[in-house]
Amino acid sequence: MDLNYTKEEQAFRDEVHGFVHDNLPKDIADKVLHHKRLVKDDWVRWQKILFKKGWVAPNWPKEFGGCAWTPIQQHIFDEECGYAGAPRVMPFGLVMVAPVIQNFGSQWQKEYYLPRILSSEDWWAQGYSEPGSGSDLASLKTKARFVKSAQGEHYIVDGQKTWTTLGQYADMIFCLVRTDSTVKKQEGISFLLIDMKSPGITVRPIITLDEEHEVNEVFFDNVKVPARNLVGEEGKGWTYAKFLLGHERTGIARVGESKRELEQLKAIAGKQLRNGKPLMQDPRFRDRVTAVEVELMALEITLLRVLSSRTKPGPEASILKIKGTDIQQALTELTMEAVGPYALPFRPEARAGDWHGEPVGPEYAAAAAAVYFNYRKTSIYGGSNEIQRNIISQMVLGL
Amino acid sequence: MDFIVSDEQQQLRDSLQKFISKEYGFEARKAIIASKQGFSDKIWAQFADMGILGVAFDEAHGGFGGSSVDTMLVITELGRGIVVEPYFSTVVLGGSLIDLAGSEAQKQAILSEVAQGKMLLAAALGEPNSRYELNSVETTAKRDGAGYVLNGHKAVVLHGESADKLVVSARSAGGARDAKGISLFLVDRKSAGVAVQGYRTLDGMRAAEIKFANVKVGADALLGEAENALPVLERAADFAVSALCAEAVGSMEALNAATFEYLKTRQQFGRPIGSFQALQHRAVDMMIHCEQSRSLALLASVKVQSEDPNERKRTVSAAKIQIGRSGRVICEEAIQLHGGMGVSNELAAGHYAKRLAMINATLGDVDHHSERFANAA
Repeated sequence: MDLNYTKEEQAFRDEVHGFVHDNLPKDIADKVLHHKRLVKDDWVRWQKILFKKGWVAPNWPKEFGGCAWTPIQQHIFDEECGYAGAPRVMPFGLVMVAPVIQNFGSQWQKEYYLPRILSSEDWWAQGYSEPGSGSDLASLKTKARFVKSAQGEHYIVDGQKTWTTLGQYADMIFCLVRTDSTVKKQEGISFLLIDMKSPGITVRPIITLDEEHEVNEVFFDNVKVPARNLVGEEGKGWTYAKFLLGHERTGIARVGESKRELEQLKAIAGKQLRNGKPLMQDPRFRDRVTAVEVELMALEITLLRVLSSRTKPGPEASILKIKGTDIQQALTELTMEAVGPYALPFRPEARAGDWHGEPVGPEYAAAAAAVYFNYRKTSIYGGSNEIQRNIISQMVLGL
Repeated sequence: MDFIVSDEQQQLRDSLQKFISKEYGFEARKAIIASKQGFSDKIWAQFADMGILGVAFDEAHGGFGGSSVDTMLVITELGRGIVVEPYFSTVVLGGSLIDLAGSEAQKQAILSEVAQGKMLLAAALGEPNSRYELNSVETTAKRDGAGYVLNGHKAVVLHGESADKLVVSARSAGGARDAKGISLFLVDRKSAGVAVQGYRTLDGMRAAEIKFANVKVGADALLGEAENALPVLERAADFAVSALCAEAVGSMEALNAATFEYLKTRQQFGRPIGSFQALQHRAVDMMIHCEQSRSLALLASVKVQSEDPNERKRTVSAAKIQIGRSGRVICEEAIQLHGGMGVSNELAAGHYAKRLAMINATLGDVDHHSERFANAA
């Protein structure tokens, strides 16, 4: 047992650190570090920089342009990027749909879509949740009807997807759709790749508690999708969706980001005063920070244990989701409390990257309360923490 | 980075686990606790035969040259069996004080005896007013010719009544809470002037209040540097805390397993109570607490050897905080999920819960270590 990084792992960390330091555009890091609003170009620019370096899709098999990193290297990379304030690589194309296409897609789909995902030419969105299908995803109702006509073979899609993250930027959306309602609900689902520019698609923003436009509703009205955009076989969509879930594992704990937020929290609580002394020296507040810091230290080792186990991460990875989001939320809560009454001023305009107005209160306070409310999403998305507990209960504890 | 235990470590762990599950069942343990001494000489001799009493000592001192990781593996198994023999007081805390502070001659004389199961130790560090502060020492050591005279009251000395030798912290200079001025002494428990009041502890072990009234010791009783014992005391205590954390993980695992089994077998409303989501989610949280505790216990068992005292203190205190908080959750949830059976003394579950609660009150609770963690930043 050796809980120190090897010389090679340390050298890799130095290499990543150096690269991120030299190549992460300062304006982007600034936005991330100060919780300013990111726009499409910020993500795309960073992803293209990583693409040029060959690091944008480390999780992909080498033959498709991946890095063949060890899980520990992947963690080091995630941690360094998170810590430095790099925007998270948008997972919908690179992490989610790509492995599905690689494993189940047609030759045409691989040749056409994978290079465009790799180069960030296409922005992808995820079409899973529906108004009536959240945790009970398999109950989804968006319909796809197969039709053969003079124009060829198509699916006609009707229905609605929701909570579509950054769907306003999307060129493509991968959707779970119902192609057969006569069989068991899981067996009638298919996996379709849909062009967002198709006639009949409408995107409507959903404004979240922080008054940001991060998620959307996507309506499908008689949308024609070429049959070649079906992934794998009809009726196998649920299997592919479950396969996909197994792929968002290493980054899910967000250890690097949380370390960065913890450090910022300590800096803020070092400047804020209580009874004339830094808040960080107030035992009440300090102990609450310590409680989160200790959990984060533990989570990092838990993550490394999961990554180092010789078997592929299984349902134990749900621990990483639950604990990782607990910690992220606790940090936003403490940060909001740390700024005291300056949690009240709400000025969304100040979160624009090019805003140069007169600030109210300390700069670090500007987004604290908004971020706290934004982060309530973390225990809900990606399989709510209750669903994660169901998974552990059934698959690990056998209850 | 790897989390792999060696084949030898795996063997040691397996044989100890087998031995405890065979020889240390609930009834056997109960009988041991009820005995006059409160632990079993026979079990202790078998531990000596298995080599676990000297696992971390140098081969030159009769040990097996193992690491803190070996100690962790051993004591996790003892925690799994809630073993009440004085392993922690003799081998871990007493042993590491001798190992870290002792002269070559003292180590030769004592550690090999400990490894062979022929000598028991106890660390008399705490006092009625000291709480968990190792620097808070009112017991005095006055120069007396070449030797010293000890006076004072040591509190809740684990296994103090059965120990052959006591490691005593005493002050010969400075105020009651000063860092400087503390020395360690090796005192025969049977020395004139040593009064021992033994008692049971809530978790089935033994402890004692020990009063020293003009106890004369020779110059050779001094353990380590005179009047500057605090750094080594802290190092030994950190080692002991990291071991306690590993012990707690063994107890958590066993208690969780017993609870999950109960959820699967106990029937109410015509089905196993484990089929109810309200209980399932609590079980999952118990499991997560155990995994987070294991992670920091592992980290502490490695970083306790760090040359950087701040890194050592931070990691060990972090582990003790996690184990204190998680141990409390697991203790309370296990009792609750067992229903009425949880509060019965006839079920092992409650005994694990007691041990976990007492571990929090040994060598620093969550608040104590939270302060220490912040100060070591």
